[in-house]
Amino acid sequence: MKRLLALGAVVLTTAALAWAGLDDDQPKAGGAPKPVIAEPTKGERCVEDEAYMRRNHMKLLDHHRDETVLQGIRTKKYSLKECVNCHASKKTGSVATAKDDFCVSCHSYAAVKIDCFDCHSTKPQASLAMHPLNAEAAHYKHEMDGDEQ
Amino acid sequence: MSELKPMSDNSPNSPERRRFIGAATATAAGLTLAPGVMLIEVAHGRPDEQAASSAVRWGMLVDATQCATGCDDCVTACSTENGWTPIAESQHKKQAPQWIRKLELQNPLTQMETSLPMMCQHCAEPPCVDVCPTGASFKRADGIVLVNRHTCIGCRYCMMACPYKARSLVHESLNDTQKPDVPRGIGCVEACTFCVQKVDRGDGTTACVEACTAAGHNALLFGDMNDPESEISKRLRELPTKQVRADLNLNLGVRYHGI
Repeated sequence: MKRLLALGAVVLTTAALAWAGLDDDQPKAGGAPKPVIAEPTKGERCVEDEAYMRRNHMKLLDHHRDETVLQGIRTKKYSLKECVNCHASKKTGSVATAKDDFCVSCHSYAAVKIDCFDCHSTKPQASLAMHPLNAEAAHYKHEMDGDEQ
Repeated sequence: MSELKPMSDNSPNSPERRRFIGAATATAAGLTLAPGVMLIEVAHGRPDEQAASSAVRWGMLVDATQCATGCDDCVTACSTENGWTPIAESQHKKQAPQWIRKLELQNPLTQMETSLPMMCQHCAEPPCVDVCPTGASFKRADGIVLVNRHTCIGCRYCMMACPYKARSLVHESLNDTQKPDVPRGIGCVEACTFCVQKVDRGDGTTACVEACTAAGHNALLFGDMNDPESEISKRLRELPTKQVRADLNLNLGVRYHGI
């Protein structure tokens, strides 16, 4: 009788666990949950095709960083600062603060550590007018910008 | 921003006149705005895609006779521009970053006091570059001595080699407090960059120089030492100047008057 009771308990527990498993958000056989790729906050399209960028952005960034640091070439096209300017999330204002932010989202899916943001800012540049040292001359900048339009 | 000043001097400007000046700046770039007033951006700016050139050598002239005792506007401006925490606010003062510092010196014989800022001297023959085991410490073509943080391993050999104590190491994580224009981070050595982000933008000046001029001391002057017509070259021709530890023959980018 005792043995029967124990057997019954085991069967019930297994069934309960299986049932709970069905309701859970645990990863299914299909693999880990897909990364959330947020739309850029500004800009129509990326500097290269999306597919190309997904595979090669690190090469472009590496090449550009060496040119910038060593030679002072500061073109904007492949600059990390420009990536951040467009891709910073609306919610956090950053590309790598929350787990759904643009860079972190894919990198945690692919399990690749990002070193960039140990040194680089994850947030876009505040406007020049915000800089305390430029406060005195900021209104000239606006005037001149306005004149060009 | 001094190049914009002449416009503010003609204050009773009509909007038409302003628009005309705006258009004139945009189209006739390179011309003088008023007699003797050049657009500094035009004089020194180079296109984004053009590499820094050895035709230019950036340098600074420090006039210690004009440098005010107790004033540290240059230090504050540097910390604001480049995003490093000033020593006073640092929790670990001995480890605090120090891109520029003020020195108050006294001659023990005559009691004469001298006040001056000390920072990376941007040597033409930099010892920090000689000793760097990874090649991270380097001199750019236009004479600015920098650290490539992508290759710096934080060994601090350059800090030992520098005769001016100009470099410091970032000991702790900066937690995303960096300026977008000035990446810096834990485990890397850093020093004065002559505000390389401003130079490349074409400002033709540095944060410390701007602050010193704004405070009315005019003790600092920044410019191209290779251009005989630049303000700094003219002043260097007229004033007796010294290099700190000239005996080391490093050919410094920072020259001092009145020490």
